[in-house]
Amino acid sequence: MWNAFFHRADYLAIKPEVLLTMFGLAVLLFDFLLEKRDKYLNAVLALIGLGFAAVQLGMFWPLLVGQLPYSGFGGTFTLDTFAVLAKLIIVLATAIVVLLSMKYLEIEGAHLGEYYALLLLSAVGMMFLVSGSDLIVLFIALELMALCEYVLTGFLRVNRKSNEAAVKFFLLGAFSSGLLLYGMSLLYGIGGSTKLSIIAQRLAERPSPDPLSWVAMITLLAGIFFKIAAVPFHQWTPDVYEGAPTSITAFISVAPKVASFAFFIRILIAALWPMRAEWQVLTIGVSIATMTLGNLAAITQTNIKRFFGYSTISHVGYLLLGLVAAADGNREGLTAIVIYLLVYAFMNLGAFSVVIVMRRKDLIGDEIDDLAGLMARAPGLAILMLIFLLSLAGIPPTAGFIGKYFIFLSLIETGHYYLAVLAVVYAVVALYYYFRIVVAMFMKKAPDTVPLATGPGVTVALGVAVAMTLLIGIYPQPFIMMAREAVRPFFS
Amino acid sequence: MQFAHDHILSIILFIPVVGMIPLFFISGENKQATRWWGNVVMFVDFLASLPLVFWFSREAPDQQFKFIERHNWIPSIGAQYFLGIDGISFLLIMLTTVLGFLAVLSSWTSIQERVKEYYAMFLLLQAGMLGVFMSLDFFLFYVFWEVMLVPMYFIIGVWGGPRKLYAAIKFFLFTLAGSVLMLLGILTLYFRYHADTGLYTFNVLELMKHTWPLNLQYWVFWAFMVGFAIKVPMFPFHTWLPDAHVEAPTAGSVILAGVLLKMGTYGFIRFSLPLLPQASTNPRIVKVMVVLSIIAIIYGALVSLMQRDMKKLIAYSSVSHLGFCTLGIFALNPHGLQGSVIQQVNHGISTGALFLIVGLIYERRHTREIKELGGLSNVMPVYATLFMIVMLSSIGLPLLNGFIGEFTILQGAYEVSWRWAAWAVAGIVLGAAYMLWLYQRTMFGPCENPKNQVLKDLSFREIMTLVPLVIWAFWIGLYPKPFFNVLDKPVNAIVERLNPDFFKAAQSARAPAMSPPAAPASLEMPSHAAGASH
Repeated sequence: MWNAFFHRADYLAIKPEVLLTMFGLAVLLFDFLLEKRDKYLNAVLALIGLGFAAVQLGMFWPLLVGQLPYSGFGGTFTLDTFAVLAKLIIVLATAIVVLLSMKYLEIEGAHLGEYYALLLLSAVGMMFLVSGSDLIVLFIALELMALCEYVLTGFLRVNRKSNEAAVKFFLLGAFSSGLLLYGMSLLYGIGGSTKLSIIAQRLAERPSPDPLSWVAMITLLAGIFFKIAAVPFHQWTPDVYEGAPTSITAFISVAPKVASFAFFIRILIAALWPMRAEWQVLTIGVSIATMTLGNLAAITQTNIKRFFGYSTISHVGYLLLGLVAAADGNREGLTAIVIYLLVYAFMNLGAFSVVIVMRRKDLIGDEIDDLAGLMARAPGLAILMLIFLLSLAGIPPTAGFIGKYFIFLSLIETGHYYLAVLAVVYAVVALYYYFRIVVAMFMKKAPDTVPLATGPGVTVALGVAVAMTLLIGIYPQPFIMMAREAVRPFFS
Repeated sequence: MQFAHDHILSIILFIPVVGMIPLFFISGENKQATRWWGNVVMFVDFLASLPLVFWFSREAPDQQFKFIERHNWIPSIGAQYFLGIDGISFLLIMLTTVLGFLAVLSSWTSIQERVKEYYAMFLLLQAGMLGVFMSLDFFLFYVFWEVMLVPMYFIIGVWGGPRKLYAAIKFFLFTLAGSVLMLLGILTLYFRYHADTGLYTFNVLELMKHTWPLNLQYWVFWAFMVGFAIKVPMFPFHTWLPDAHVEAPTAGSVILAGVLLKMGTYGFIRFSLPLLPQASTNPRIVKVMVVLSIIAIIYGALVSLMQRDMKKLIAYSSVSHLGFCTLGIFALNPHGLQGSVIQQVNHGISTGALFLIVGLIYERRHTREIKELGGLSNVMPVYATLFMIVMLSSIGLPLLNGFIGEFTILQGAYEVSWRWAAWAVAGIVLGAAYMLWLYQRTMFGPCENPKNQVLKDLSFREIMTLVPLVIWAFWIGLYPKPFFNVLDKPVNAIVERLNPDFFKAAQSARAPAMSPPAAPASLEMPSHAAGASH
């Protein structure tokens, strides 16, 4: 109509993002109309927006199955099954976080509309991140996601820990963005374009020992390793997890991980594929370090949020193993990552939901001992937590086992036996520290009798999380098919 | 009836799981109702497994695996819901349903706290154990193998003794470490099968038909070996066992010794040998396994001699007895294998009963120290009598079950090397020593301790927990033929897979066919046991 750059279909392709942005802004306006006791309507509005986005994404799925990816906005925005599935996970995770937040914010006395608006806008950033196929789009999306996260981390303005966490997160995040941007600029210099596909072509044409492209790759990857909290760029994780409002800790531990991994996969496969031998070595080293540090450091934690920080780091180590296998052209490696991310989102959000219920008046509830005797006072909750912990530790028949199974399988198929053995040994270590919580819940006496902070929102969140954790564990067939379809675009 | 016949395995498997559901609706205060329900479910499960006894020999006589149930489960990775049993798993399933019921029955008065959770855990455990023995799909097998760890962890960790937390997590971590390595072995086979045939399958029967490269067999053998050896437990991996046994509540010990340990030996027989025949028959590997078995036999017995705690003594005796089972397996001939399975059942009966007996005295005296007891036969005659029978069955006195198993294993070992048999016999002598000494110190002599003088003899319920095991012990001791008949076919199939020329060579060497125990009546063999083979 106007020129080649604008197509009607392009706007359809970003409809979920547009919807979420509009609902995010609507929450900001709507917030002024509400009395203090009606603030929960903000959450309802946010949920409606997320619901619309999810439905729209669900409608994309059948259009893209078995088809070529849709490339819009002059090739800067790619919509394929991979992006749609990642966006669905992000939207669902955000919705669960909204459900978790209602009661929690009330207790914290910070029930404000901005909170939900920022959540939605952060989700928009993530959704562009998983679809971007151009360095500029990717960077802007990444910053949108990150800036919203910084603000949300410091959302409890009167809480010193929350402020400290936000500042740390912001400073280190800005530093890592700098690194990332430096790598991107070098890639632009090499490729003469910001499009990933063109960069890949140029990289393939370069002579083989090529220090310039190594520097570009390493700085770019360093920036991404920061976002996914891989060693040695993980230091912010425990502090931020501890200081942030618990609902935001849950959010940061799941949604940005999904988005960053999707971004990571797209960069590695679409742009840096010619350098796969190099980034494979790098990923092996980083994944070993990440698993080691995450698993060993988690053993001694007493604060449950820091504990989950280190547990997240160890899961990132496992996810990176999938990339090691993918570097050998193994499809199951990427399938493993997609399934693992899906599974991880639900089991981790489930575990955080239980932690959030522990937050009641006068008790922060974020020490492992605060969970003591949970079986005696709330058996249902204790059993749910047990299921989430078993899943996190990878014990069948829970979803976590399916995720680990595919990671191990891809390593065996590509002949990385030593990594596989290391991974399973750390799975045993992981069981040990997850069961410290089980010991507290089932074998210790309850310290107090303050009633728990349950509410309809948390109940729904727990229900969804446990249903998915068990469903994917017992009948994973449809989810495996979905994950296989999602990684197909990378191999055709 | 036809439906029940076709789905008998699923019915046995899921009765405990379904039985868990009403448990959630019984009020936690109503302990009596919870106990009744738990016992009824386990008894129904036992009743459901009884038809197998009648149907087994008539069912599909030309098939190796019977009562097969097969449905697609996760087609995208080739995992199936695939159940089926042969003689080996049949015996172990019967052992599980019987011991499971008796273990739950024995906890009627000893468990007073958190009763509902206790029974729920036992039901889950029962389903996991049955599933392990029934699965013919590696994925399914692994799921059950792991599922069973969780309830056992809780049984030890919640209702156990003073060091329960340590013992429970040690049990869990040891077993998990072994099983994840086993998982890598399984995945290696799975992937290799796909590389060779283009098919992804976990179907054990298909994998058994495949010829694996020798090098791969060695690696996978060691991966499986660690998984199974920890479970058995074989010598260097046994350290979790005494802790777990001593700290576990009585019923937990009974199940742990009676059934859980058999999973390791079952794994060797069902998976290691037929899947990896060249690795399993490699002389160096066999040598390692046999030496470890003999060390376990002698070492377990010697350590038992030194124990002051009754339960710890029996725990170490398990190490010794399981050493016989692995020795029999790696004799790699029909006698050794049959003896090994029979001995597994025997150990379930005898050691299960011994733990029940220790539990009975612990419930009365709250101690298991041998020196605290003594002269109990004066105050508890029924108890002393039952203890005597069980003790004699454990040391392998002829007429009782232990003799049949140990004798057949020795026969199998002797056919390979007289040295193996000689070492194993030393273990039997030591076994008699520690058990008889234990009996003497606790039951005979004057009853001097005033606390012991007032002890009550067994109640009817307590007697009933032991009587079925005693009857079973006599049955195997007096007329073991049905047991050997059931084992004939699967064992011969395994030996044939390991050494295709075995039966040809055996036939040309001696005219009579291998109908075990076919040994000529030796001097110490009583006429009953010899008669069984005619």
